[in-house]
Amino acid sequence: MMKDDVLAETQPDATARISAQVVAILAAQSLRDAADLTPDTSLEGLGIDSLGMAEVLFGIEEAFDISVPFNANTPDVAALDLRTVGSVCAAVQRLIHEQKG
Amino acid sequence: MRRVAITGAGTVNAMAADVPATLVAMAAGRVAIGPLAFPDVDRLTIQIGAQIHDWTPDERFSRQELALYDRATQFAMVAAQQAVTHAGLHLSEPETLRAGVIMGTAGGGYTTIDDSYRAVYPQGKNRVHPFTIPRLMHNAPSAHIAMKHGLRGPSFTVSTACASSNHAMGLAFQMVRSGGAEVMLCGGSEATLCFGGIKAWEALRVLSPDGCRPFCATRNGLVQGEGAAVFVFEDMDRAVARGADILAEVAGFSMTSDAADIVVPDPDGALRAMRGAMDDASLSTDSIGYINAHGTGTTVNDRTEAQVIRSIFGDASPPVSSTKSMHGHLLGATGAVEALACVMALRDGVIAPTAGHHLADADCVIDCVPNEARRTQVDAALSNAFAFGGMNACLAFRRV
Repeated sequence: MMKDDVLAETQPDATARISAQVVAILAAQSLRDAADLTPDTSLEGLGIDSLGMAEVLFGIEEAFDISVPFNANTPDVAALDLRTVGSVCAAVQRLIHEQKG
Repeated sequence: MRRVAITGAGTVNAMAADVPATLVAMAAGRVAIGPLAFPDVDRLTIQIGAQIHDWTPDERFSRQELALYDRATQFAMVAAQQAVTHAGLHLSEPETLRAGVIMGTAGGGYTTIDDSYRAVYPQGKNRVHPFTIPRLMHNAPSAHIAMKHGLRGPSFTVSTACASSNHAMGLAFQMVRSGGAEVMLCGGSEATLCFGGIKAWEALRVLSPDGCRPFCATRNGLVQGEGAAVFVFEDMDRAVARGADILAEVAGFSMTSDAADIVVPDPDGALRAMRGAMDDASLSTDSIGYINAHGTGTTVNDRTEAQVIRSIFGDASPPVSSTKSMHGHLLGATGAVEALACVMALRDGVIAPTAGHHLADADCVIDCVPNEARRTQVDAALSNAFAFGGMNACLAFRRV
């Protein structure tokens, strides 16, 4: 997608597109169908452990060219709620807004 | 079975460039962790480590040696020379056939790999140094030690991530004890503090951005270090007969495998390793006066290790410290540097502290000797190494 396209995209569209990408990453990581994931689905319930989380965050950083400040030793420090599909989507939206304007 | 004496020791690490100064630093609780300095460090999220900053290879090695020695080999060569000198080791021609070297390393020639990739990828060069392979191979430190000191018996390198040097020392111990060798040099060397080395660890999200605080409620990850430590393990009768200065006895060794998770430690594997080392040494729990913990400073390791120690020793746990708080985590060399803390406890009656400890953690209810060394007689000590891969290696040492 070109930069002009991003600028032309409406906010709701962008939010939906980002969430869809995040859900796709989580679905791929947990070997599920994206359609089976709801905002309330927990990552723990998807079987995403600490290594899986590192892979998910790598996938997110690569997909959106952002940095996710997450230390596995102190998961609460960065004020990132990464417990459910919906909270991960919200966190990614916020990081994109903070880091990409 | 024969008994095994430690008759020589050498080291270079971020705290100091020899054993006496390292023990002084350990006893003082001196933290050698600080800003890293190497190309592209500004592109790292984690910019601290226990790095050897005043290293002058040009003054230590010949031109030909420098062409062949990766930084990890350089550290190993200096530590080995100190150990051999300390031991006053003079081997006859037949004895060299029954003397060898086992070293541990996790990364091998990491800076050689980093430099060569930098040359061919971003710099677009079409050639690398002709000795790139002999420099980077994991067995290079062992090979060069064997060549330098004429050790013609069994020599090889062990690579079991963060347990590498405990495995190396344990195998050397078993070899001398069984009569498979008379004298073994053993230990570990590591030099992974380069852009590629830290960048790869960053991705696991387990490194601390601000310090190594094992067993502290504020701990937030491990901090990498670099360096080497090498010991001379020798048949006790031979050592006594020649009047060697015996630093301590290697009394037992045990290695176990979790066979569970590639990074998350399993309490059962750690427990079996510690119990196994005590059984191998015929040491009871109440004879253990010090435990040098694996104590990486990660949430999971320290909690698991503390629970394992409590399940073995109950409320009567001996003092436990993690010297990684000072010299960092030297990965495949860490157990060797940490064995120096065991030697200090046994020989000098000084237990090195766990530095950087601010706040007790309800998940780590052990006596972690916070911040200040303790003086007490120690008759036996354990040294833990619990590696990624679920590979555990525990050594037991005894005072002589």
